[in-house]
Parts: sequence; structure tokens; C-alpha cells
Amino acid sequence: MSLWQKDKAFLFVLSVCASLAGVISIFIFFFLAKESVPAMAGIGLSQFVMDETWFASENQYNVLPLLWGSVLVSVGAVAFATPLGILSGLFCHFYAPSAIAGFYRSMVHLLAGIPSVIFGFWGLVSLVPLVARIHPPGPSLLAGVIVLGIMILPTIMVILDDAIANLSRLYLNSTVALGVSKWGALKGLILPNLRKQVGVSILLGLARSIGETMAILMVCGNVVRFPTSVFNPIRTLTANIALEMPFAMNVHRSALFFTGLIMMVLVAILMSTAQTRTSRQA
Amino acid sequence: MDITRNSLHLPKDAPPVTIPCCIKTTNLSLFYGKKAAFRDISLNLDRNSVTVIMGPSGCGKSSFLSALNRLSDFIPCCEVEGSIHLDGESLLEGSIDRTVLHKRVGMIFQKPNPFPMSIRKNITFPLREHGITSKRELEARLVQVLVDVGLWDEVKDRLDTSALTLSGGQQQRLCIARALALEPEILLMDEPCSALDPISSGKVEELILKLQARYTLVVVTHNLSQARRIATHAALFWVKDDCGCLVECGPADQVFGSPREELTAAYVKGMKG
Repeated sequence: MSLWQKDKAFLFVLSVCASLAGVISIFIFFFLAKESVPAMAGIGLSQFVMDETWFASENQYNVLPLLWGSVLVSVGAVAFATPLGILSGLFCHFYAPSAIAGFYRSMVHLLAGIPSVIFGFWGLVSLVPLVARIHPPGPSLLAGVIVLGIMILPTIMVILDDAIANLSRLYLNSTVALGVSKWGALKGLILPNLRKQVGVSILLGLARSIGETMAILMVCGNVVRFPTSVFNPIRTLTANIALEMPFAMNVHRSALFFTGLIMMVLVAILMSTAQTRTSRQA
Repeated sequence: MDITRNSLHLPKDAPPVTIPCCIKTTNLSLFYGKKAAFRDISLNLDRNSVTVIMGPSGCGKSSFLSALNRLSDFIPCCEVEGSIHLDGESLLEGSIDRTVLHKRVGMIFQKPNPFPMSIRKNITFPLREHGITSKRELEARLVQVLVDVGLWDEVKDRLDTSALTLSGGQQQRLCIARALALEPEILLMDEPCSALDPISSGKVEELILKLQARYTLVVVTHNLSQARRIATHAALFWVKDDCGCLVECGPADQVFGSPREELTAAYVKGMKG
């Protein structure tokens, strides 16, 4: 085989692999859509927003409380993790001795590797009783926000850590040489230029947290309702699928696929927005 | 020349003192961990001179500059020995006021690095950090330094656009303007033209010659012909035993015309380095 032929064969293998990866997500999307058709036809789209609640055995299929639960817990988690990510990033780069910064970074990376069921377990036995002591019942939106916030912290932390490292590599020497104080450089130069990356990390954090299932299922109480306080239990879209899929039949099963489709569209929007924002920066 | 100015050493409210003017290093050495970047360099930098530091890569030229304004303190494991005196005041002993030091000794880096903000803010941001808040004063200094570096006519209509839209040469002149706005006495320039095209590089050279009347300049360069064009004084660094050292220094005429050392003679003829 000539070199040119080898190259061509290699190119063929590469294109197959690449298109496989792309096609899989399209297939999943169509599969979800196909499976949701009976629900959309049988129940009708209006019922998904007009019904009193989600209660499959009584043919009630309102997805809004579930969707609202997912959105609240994700937004809460991002609101909890983003300031933590920014401040710890600044601390690591500007104030921490390098040994402490290194230790902290490796701990955060370790955090990323912990399976979500462990977070759920920890939340269930440690956090939920703690929340219950402040305000019963314990399994709640608040517990979900904290557990999920800790879970997405590595995502946010890594993006911001990288961005801060980049900015300080480029500009820190000049600010020092101009006699600008550390705080002055942070306030006037680093923080204002971090805005875009904060936006990207928020979007990726949201995408990651809206899809999280296991830990949320274990600490949120899973009651279908619009919460009126952070101490109320909630049920998310993902938890709902995990809880009901084992026994769902016919229209109920199809309705669950429909909620999966909603999730997939949400995540796709978040991810693509994050992607266009990142590429616009480059 | 004697000049009245604020002392480097704390406290800030000490009355200004009258002192003779120059930078003087004595047996200055700098180490990265155990490895010496340069050893025993004794050099006097006269007021209103352009001292060009030449030499091959790795002979400690840039490290020498970073010691002069104590940027070396920010490099992990970096140690400086010997002494540096700025107008008779020691830079290495006791606690110095860095804000005053960096205001008096400015630095220009090899790669132009304007901040990612508007042209105007590039100049006013450091000024505000040094406590200048009067709008009139900020505006006056902005115009003054941009005129000084010959950038005013090129950017006066777009002061509020991002500095990153400027060309490389314009960016470097903006960085020089940014340093001049703080009214330094000494400007350290680390290969200020090596990232620029010949025309931009020529403009920066002209600027250096112009600035000599008011400032003391130290310019590191790899470019021998550039060194001949701008230097009033010259110093040749070399690598000996894997460590930088000073071969010869003196007025430019002497170093380029009748060097004392054979190595210098070979270097200025272009036969070495």
C-alpha cells in the first residue's frame, strides 16, 4: 500500500468515527421525539401545561411544576457555586501560597470525580437532617441547591481558574511594573475581563445541573408542587423520569419521554449558547 | 544633577530630600534557585543616558532589568545579592515603598501588552491607582504622553476604542506612553523592538532618542546596529561558566570604537554573538 493510500484509509476511519459521534446525538433526539408522539397525540400539548398537577394514575400530566423544580434547583446551584468559584479562583492566583493553591486545586479535581450517588448519600445522611433542624421536613429545594452547587463547583472552578491564569500571565507583570496594587489590578483589570468566562461557566454549570438526577432524587423529597419556600420539597424532571419509568406504561411512558425531550432541548440551547460565546471570544 | 523627590523608603510623609541622581549596582548577582542567572555585575547608569545592554541569549540581560525594579521578587525562588542604589538609596535593604519605586522606575516589555480596555483607560487606569482622580489632570497627562510618543495624531479620534485594535508598533508606543504618564525618571526597556516590524521599530528608536533628554533609559537589545544608533553608553554581557557576567561597559564611542576587551571587539564587529 502506498503512503497516499494509507493516508486515504486513515482518513476513512477518522470520518467514520467522527460522523458516528455526531449521528448518535441526532439519533437520540429522534428517538425521544418518536417515543413522545403518542403522548403529544393522546394527551395533547395543552394538557401538559393546563392540568392541575402531574399524577399519572389520574391522567394528570402538568410538566410545569417539574420544569420549575428543575430550573429552580439549577439556578440556585449556579448562584451558590459561581461566587464560590470566582472568589476561590482569585484566592488561589493572587493570595494563596502555591502549596495551598495546588492542594486546593487537586481537591476540586477530586470533587469532579466523585460519583453523584455519593453526593446524594452524603446529602441524605448529613445535609438533610441539618436542614430539618432549621426547618422541617429536611428533604428540600435548599438541600438540592447545596448538593448540586458542590457538584458543579469543579466545572465552574476549572473554567474560571484557567481564565484568571490566562489574564494574569498576560497582564500581571505590567500592572506590577506600573505600581498598581494587587487589589487595583483585580478590580480594574482581572474582574471586568472575567465577565465573559463567568457567563460561559454559568451556562455550562446550568447545563450540567439541569441534567443531574441521582443526588437530586435523594435529597429533594420528590413531591410534585410549586415550592413556596426553599424548605419545601420539590421534584425535578430528571428525578420524575427515574422514579416513574420502571412502572410506566403506554401514554404515561410516552409522557415521560416527552419530558426527556424538553430536557434535551433545554440542555442543547444552553450548550450551544455557551459554545458560540466561547468561539466568539477566540 | 541634584533633584528633589520623595524617598523610596517608608514612611511616605518624610520630607523630600536632595540627592545625586543615578542607578548604581555593586556586585549584583541573581539566582533562580541554585542556578545563577548573572554574577557580580557592577554598573553605573548616568542620568539622561541611554545605556544599551547587549549580549547573547541567556546572559542575564532581562534578569538584570527585572532586578533593577525588583520585579524579580515576584518570580518564585528568585534571590538577588549585592546592592542596588537608586539616588544613593538602597533598593535591596529594608522595606521599600513599591508604589514609589515602580512610579520612578518604569518598565517596557518585549511583547507590547496594552490592557484589554480603551486607549484612554490604558493611560488613566494606572494613574487613578496612583491617586490621581482630577479629570482635568488625567486628560492633560493623557494628551501629553500621547503627543510625546507620537501617537496623538493617530489615535485622537478613537481614544475610547479598544487598545487591542492598534497595530503592534502603536501598541508598544502606547505601553511607553502608559509608563511615561507616571512621570518616571528611569525607563527599563526589555528588547522593546524585537516584536515589531522595521518601520514601527524605527519609530520606537526615534522615540528613545527623544526621551533621552528627559529620562534615563536602559535598553536591552539583540540588534547590534540598533544599539549603535541609540546608545550613549553600552554594556556587553556574556555567558561564562553557564552564568551571565559583564564583559565591558563604558561610553558608546569607546565600546564600539576602541573596545578594551577582545570579546567586545569581536562582538561589535559582528564576528561573535
